[in-house]
Amino acid sequence: MARSVTPRRKLLNTTVAWAIGLLIFFPILWTILTSFKSEAQAIAAPPIFLGFDWTLENYRVVLERSDYARFLWNSIIIAGLSTVLGCIIAVPAAWSMAFVPSRRTKDILLWMLSTKMLPAVGVLYPIYLIFIELGLLDSRAGLVVVLMLINLPIIVWMLYTYFKEIPGEILEAARMDGATLRQELLYVLTPMAIPGIASTLLLNFILAWNEAFWTLNLTAVNAAPLTAFIASYSSPEGLFFAKLSAASTMAIAPILILGWFSQKQLVRGLTFGAVK
Amino acid sequence: MATKASRSAARIMMAPAVILLLGWMLVPLIMTLWFSFRVYLPLRGGDQGWAGFDNYTRFVTSSAFWPSVQTTLIIVLGVLAITVIFGILIALLLDQPIWGQGVVRILVIAPFFVMPTVSALVWKNMFMDPVNGLFAHLWRFFGAEPVSWLSDASMGSIIMIVSWQWLPFATLILLTAVQSLDSEQLEAAEMDGAPFLKRFWFIVLPHLSRAITIVILIQTIFLLAIFAEIFVTTGGAFGTRTLSYLIFQRVLESQNVGLGSAGGVYAIILANIIAIFLMRIVGKNLD
Amino acid sequence: MSLKSTLCAATALSLITASSAFADGHSATITIATVNNGDMIRMQGYTDQFTEETGIAVEWVTLEENVLRQRVTTDITTNGGQFDIMTIGMYETPIWGANDWLVPLNDLSDEYNADDILPAMAGGLSHDGTLYAAPFYGESSMIMYRTDLMEAAGLEMPDAPSWNFIAKAAREMTDRENDINGICLRGKAGWGEGGAFITAMSNSFGARWFDEEWNAQFDTREWSDTLNFYKNMMDDAGPAGFATNGFNENLSLFNQGKCGMWIDATVAASFVTGDDSTVADSVGFALAPDNGMGKRSNWLWAWALAIPAGTQQEAEAKQFIEWATGTGYIELVAENEGWANVPPGARTSLYENPDYQAVPFAQMTLDSILSANPNDSTVDPSPYVGVQFAAIPEFAGIATEVSQEFSAAYAGQQSIEEALEKAQAITNEAMEAAGYR
Repeated sequence: MARSVTPRRKLLNTTVAWAIGLLIFFPILWTILTSFKSEAQAIAAPPIFLGFDWTLENYRVVLERSDYARFLWNSIIIAGLSTVLGCIIAVPAAWSMAFVPSRRTKDILLWMLSTKMLPAVGVLYPIYLIFIELGLLDSRAGLVVVLMLINLPIIVWMLYTYFKEIPGEILEAARMDGATLRQELLYVLTPMAIPGIASTLLLNFILAWNEAFWTLNLTAVNAAPLTAFIASYSSPEGLFFAKLSAASTMAIAPILILGWFSQKQLVRGLTFGAVK
Repeated sequence: MATKASRSAARIMMAPAVILLLGWMLVPLIMTLWFSFRVYLPLRGGDQGWAGFDNYTRFVTSSAFWPSVQTTLIIVLGVLAITVIFGILIALLLDQPIWGQGVVRILVIAPFFVMPTVSALVWKNMFMDPVNGLFAHLWRFFGAEPVSWLSDASMGSIIMIVSWQWLPFATLILLTAVQSLDSEQLEAAEMDGAPFLKRFWFIVLPHLSRAITIVILIQTIFLLAIFAEIFVTTGGAFGTRTLSYLIFQRVLESQNVGLGSAGGVYAIILANIIAIFLMRIVGKNLD
Repeated sequence: MSLKSTLCAATALSLITASSAFADGHSATITIATVNNGDMIRMQGYTDQFTEETGIAVEWVTLEENVLRQRVTTDITTNGGQFDIMTIGMYETPIWGANDWLVPLNDLSDEYNADDILPAMAGGLSHDGTLYAAPFYGESSMIMYRTDLMEAAGLEMPDAPSWNFIAKAAREMTDRENDINGICLRGKAGWGEGGAFITAMSNSFGARWFDEEWNAQFDTREWSDTLNFYKNMMDDAGPAGFATNGFNENLSLFNQGKCGMWIDATVAASFVTGDDSTVADSVGFALAPDNGMGKRSNWLWAWALAIPAGTQQEAEAKQFIEWATGTGYIELVAENEGWANVPPGARTSLYENPDYQAVPFAQMTLDSILSANPNDSTVDPSPYVGVQFAAIPEFAGIATEVSQEFSAAYAGQQSIEEALEKAQAITNEAMEAAGYR
């Protein structure tokens, strides 16, 4: 609904929008700034905004203490694989729900979503026991499966809303031309659904990256991702604001950068069928 | 639509995926149900037999149960209200022609990428700390007594932290919807001299209703299960114990898995009631 | 690059990495779960020396205290086998030992000299006379105070003060204009935070958690005296928002010169006299206060290393424990970072060492440790072992909820009577569920 406005109006809008944007972003900016301060300056009163002695000391300490690369790599693998796997399983399911709907489709979808509301901690012991049984504790494979299952309902739902927006006539036409179900799926549907699939992948990558219950409780060393990295810097003894800020910056930077670069894609696809 | 043949073919082909999917989701549910009927105390030797409905009655009659349901609902409703209202306002603003729109949008969506643990830690220590937090400095600068946010305004603080995390999500979805609004219709209304509020109420809001529904539905799902924000900030004290936090306390702090599982079943029931409720009210928007 | 090819590349990449991700080999590597306290982090720094000496590699899982607790408890109760060594405390050790979940440490080498472990620590880390965890460091609690502020207030701190003196001194030292609070104490919810402090304090007021039939005792005058005394003193002389302050918050306040007194863990002594402190030159120490009833308000705690039963690396784990909790490690730290920074409170020989006796807080730490007795901590008889806790599996859960009610009372959200009523109900409810009553 964008329209042309007077320059004065535009200036006003710009000012307000920038003010709000900076306000919302400020906590992150403050964390990044604090990560370059010494511990003493991090709690100085009154707070120092830019005129402090910039130092990389906190990053040095954090890198020396923790194997950041390993945590980062685990986060990438676990979030990435669980998302891809989830999509592979969800595409057919969402497809059948969108194009061959039955009376129960909406109920099933809703029920799937409601399973996400099950508090994870309630099943910690059973899942832990199953993991021991299967030898999956502290393995990336185990986490990939768990995170995939957790996010599956959202993936199915997102894909379902995209598929529903694809006009049925195109599929009809393909079928008339004698396309098989497989061909229909592969050559007609998938290309059209690519923006949707891409933003589904992105959103679920973010969700998996930020998941902090299972990734903490089912890992020790080999599969521990960045959430476990953060848990070793939250509230230790002594002053810790600056080191915590450095660790936090390192934990969110990769996903923040990915998010920024792909934000157009994310915005385009993140409609959940909200736009008709 | 699809022919009868293709319909059944699709069914047969898709059935395994759907069944697998549902089956996978049933596993935790069935396990929760099973354990909720057992006396399962990990620190006292594990599974010690059937409990009947003891866990259910004990969980629901505990003095902490109803307050925790209430707390859960207040947090969910509070966050929904804030994110939807501010989401609409920011979406409308971002839709206007402004300089540096892309950058502003990036600034606004950034909180969505921050891990809940990190955001809770940052808010708690660097902003809400009554001595060293930025808010305390700000208050003192204006000559006011610093507020102990997490004890004196515990619910408000948690709602604020969670809203900050979810505002980008709401804004994004609402923005997409705003952008798809037919501008001619609006301009026509403007020419007819309809004031902004009227235009908003009769044209913009109806157009956004579907997006608002989506925001409410998706956020409710995530908000009902929020945990890290409470674990890090108040640990469930000062009236911030939600249902999922109460279950955490039963399972991990009191080490009573049976009791916690019964709580889990109540949580699912509550979630489904809310889901059905949501569908009844706004379901027509989803077709 | 088009979106499609990006997706393909991403998928291919993840599949390749997945195939290599699932293979992990073990060769004499031990995994240790530990808490992110300063002394443990320092120990991690010296791990290379251990690996050099023995050829055993060490993997650290360092977590914040609350997360560590749930992590190791889940693992030990399900026999998960994720860790070869766990860092646990005086509360967990006797309970886990009784369940045969830990490897007994009764066959440590002569060189290690287990008899050198302070008897109070060894006692708290044993079950039926068998040691199940070796203390890395031990602590009690004591008063740390600002000698300059005390002098300015015209008062003199006795070595063993009473609560009345402390309350009076706290009010006199308070100077809100200059942001100085007379006293900083823990008020944060959590059994190991504010819960530990108020329980230890209540001991000196003659209160106890349970009578000999395991009935909760929060309806007694002693508990109401304790909480009223605490709240009145903190309202008058405590920092803003004390209801959310734990060890860390108070440490940071004290180091910034905003507290006149602080009663907390003895290990804090090396922090408040260390580099991060702005008041390092003017800190004095005294025993935790009493009320003339025969018990002081100090606790007893140890962070200790234990080996879960069923580990594949028992011999290697024992080797590490002997290295980390032995006298050699203490000397190593002393040599590199000075005697004030060695892990305190674990060994008798440390306190007999003249070099260590020169450290200002050494004697007061030892005296505090020696004045706490987990087997006789309350004025009236009680059925439980432990000073600031009761060593039963249900305690952590109950005490956390009880301390949440207390914190709400500190913050003024409910009256002390209401908090105690709820505490009584919570405790009896849980004890009934666990079959004690």
